[in-house]
Amino acid sequence: MSGTKTKADTELSAAELDTLRLIAGHMIPASSRHGIPGADDPAIFADISGSLDRDASCVREALALADGLAGGRLAQADPAAQMRTLARFKAAYPALAGTIESVVARCYYRDKRVLESIGMEPRAPFPEGYAVEQGDWSLLDPVRARGRIYRDGG
Amino acid sequence: MVARNDPVDVVIIGAGASGAAVAWALADTRMQIVCLEQGGWPDPSRFPSASLDWEAQSMDDYAISPNRRDLPEDYPINDDDSPIKIANYNGVGGGTVFYAAHFPRLHPSDFRVRSLDGVADDWPLDYQTLEPYYALNDQMMGIAALAGDPAYPEKAAVMPPIPLGRTGERLGQAMNGLGWHWWPSDAAIATHEYEGRAPCINLGQCGSGCAQGAKASADVTYWPQAIRSRIELRTRCRVSRIEADDQDMATGVHYVDENGHERFQPAQIVIMACNGVGTPRILLNSASGRFPDGLANSSGLVGKNLMLHPYAQIRGHFDEPLDGYRGPPICTWSMEFYETDPSRDFVRGYCFQFSRGLGPARTAINGMADGLMPWGEGHHDAFRRLFERSAGMVSICEDLPEETNRVTLDPGRSDRDGVPAPRITYRLSDNTRKMLDHSIARGTEILKAAGARDITVKSPLPYAGWHLLGTARMGADPDRSVVNEWGRSHDVKNLFIVDGSIFVTSGGVNPTSTIQALALYIADQIKTRIYDLFD
Ligand SMILES: Cc1cc2nc3c(=O)[nH]c(=O)nc-3n(C[C@H](O)[C@H](O)[C@H](O)COP(=O)(O)OP(=O)(O)OC[C@H]3O[C@@H](n4cnc5c(N)ncnc54)[C@H](O)[C@@H]3O)c2cc1C
Ligand code: SF4
Repeated sequence: MSGTKTKADTELSAAELDTLRLIAGHMIPASSRHGIPGADDPAIFADISGSLDRDASCVREALALADGLAGGRLAQADPAAQMRTLARFKAAYPALAGTIESVVARCYYRDKRVLESIGMEPRAPFPEGYAVEQGDWSLLDPVRARGRIYRDGG
Repeated sequence: MVARNDPVDVVIIGAGASGAAVAWALADTRMQIVCLEQGGWPDPSRFPSASLDWEAQSMDDYAISPNRRDLPEDYPINDDDSPIKIANYNGVGGGTVFYAAHFPRLHPSDFRVRSLDGVADDWPLDYQTLEPYYALNDQMMGIAALAGDPAYPEKAAVMPPIPLGRTGERLGQAMNGLGWHWWPSDAAIATHEYEGRAPCINLGQCGSGCAQGAKASADVTYWPQAIRSRIELRTRCRVSRIEADDQDMATGVHYVDENGHERFQPAQIVIMACNGVGTPRILLNSASGRFPDGLANSSGLVGKNLMLHPYAQIRGHFDEPLDGYRGPPICTWSMEFYETDPSRDFVRGYCFQFSRGLGPARTAINGMADGLMPWGEGHHDAFRRLFERSAGMVSICEDLPEETNRVTLDPGRSDRDGVPAPRITYRLSDNTRKMLDHSIARGTEILKAAGARDITVKSPLPYAGWHLLGTARMGADPDRSVVNEWGRSHDVKNLFIVDGSIFVTSGGVNPTSTIQALALYIADQIKTRIYDLFD
């Protein structure tokens, strides 16, 4: 946590939370085919909204702009208008859309259910680590055969 | 009233790659040596790879941008006027705590760019002079490599190379098809137990600290040995300026200690190791009536000729899974386009650093940013087409020294201790742009030959200002350089600089093996010349 941020700096209002939840659900919806929740799943969304930290002010700015494009509250618009507004938002503010993508993806892809569905063990890399194949070192034979390629210092 | 410490023989500023090497190398002189470092000791048990949320942490407290981290040990860097943003780590080990551990040496021709290619300046020393120091540094850091690379004069491997994995094989086959050079990268990563360090277990998180301790960061290589040899390392001590007397000799350094108290450390010799941004910052902030343009700056070159190695990143996706997030992200290199080729429209060249895949969150973030992953229903299928299936490369392009690319002091910003922040002014030259474009075309060709689809390009890679070079260059001519052929300031004869600032040109490879070899060389010069060091 950055030394300068307080809880009040990073906590969103109820209206802001509604807008962010809606965007998160549109970005990564639940999928019955893959058997996974969406980014608006209660546990995942609680993680997202509680982990804004250094991105809180950018997220606030993005949410205000998205609500503004919807003419008030994005969450209260009808679904078709929401889709249109989000497309306009992404086109008009790509950097802010990128921040929202980052805060959502960071938490979505650490949820146990999601990790298992993409074939990952839900664990820290350390201390078990992973295996990587050595590979075929004879592939270097043609490189050796070609010989020296550097210049002398003169 | 500023507290005054007992005098010491040597004060080193900065405990990063070069500060650690010079401290260790001077230990056998029995001089009293103190190193002041603004950050603390990194704690491997808290590195991101020890937690389930490793990817998120690497974007927050372990982010590579000091402006994003904004931790007490960090100082702000105004890089608004640069397309390439600065990355560093402020603590014991310096940038090596976060580095990818790609460990190439400069090539013999890099020291002779004016003689061979008619550009910039030759270095005042050559590859042969540095060769024994490269070899010693390889031993101290513990380098994994495969001997026999035809892109270099012969050099020994300390440990077996890091694995090729599926990524290295796939890209190697493509390079063979094209007839182009490639080789397993020299890596500052232990591939078996080495000097108390455990072997790499493929955590894949070299870029935010190695929880296993396999990666050769200076806090786990040089520092433990230097401290056993009675070098004193004082952490959380930020130097604000160097004091000099009317004989033009440095008398010591002013710093703020861990309790926020201002102190003065008198010393016979001052050695700067704060990197290519931190060092000019302190020198410029040490301006006085006698040195109005900053200390050691009679040439006017302190802060100028900043070189950052612009990168192009070219990545693609494959139909079958590769190594994904497992294994050191670095893998193999190519020096095919390294040396000047008169048939090209640019001088000098670049290396390719091939790399493995990304974790799931990074895959999604990049995939959405690159337009490969839509919002909505299609997200999940698109994710599965990319995840564990990506590989690619960066080109590390040699940017030539230009005085307009520089570090100055920002009149509007300072750190928590009130020391002015550095400001970066940096532009890409036409030569660099052509080189970047060339590397993008060749990189795309390689990925296509390897069977990649969904190829993405970022050029210049914006958050890649991690090689900080050239801002206090070395040379024989005091009008054209800040330090002499062995690292001593031309103006202040007991002031030495050993970090990346002293590079004359940047070469087209990662610089740390050369930075450390130079620090060892300068330490040797200090020892050899000790009786007439200040003449
Ligand atoms: C993300 C990342 C990836 C990298 N990957 C590679 C790679 O694969 N290969 C490679 O060769 N290089 C790589 N690098 C670069 C490498 O880390 C640097 O080249 C190297 O660390 C520079 O050494 P240095 O001694 O010049 O400075 P640093 O290692 O940066 O050390 C400077 C030290 O000085 C301290 N300091 C600065 N100012 C003050 C002050 N006023 N008072 C007290 N202390 C101060 C800092 O806190 C720091 O610890 C990477 C860097 C980063 C950030
Ligand atoms: S890949 Fe190896 S060196 Fe890199 S962090 Fe993991 S264990 Fe350490």
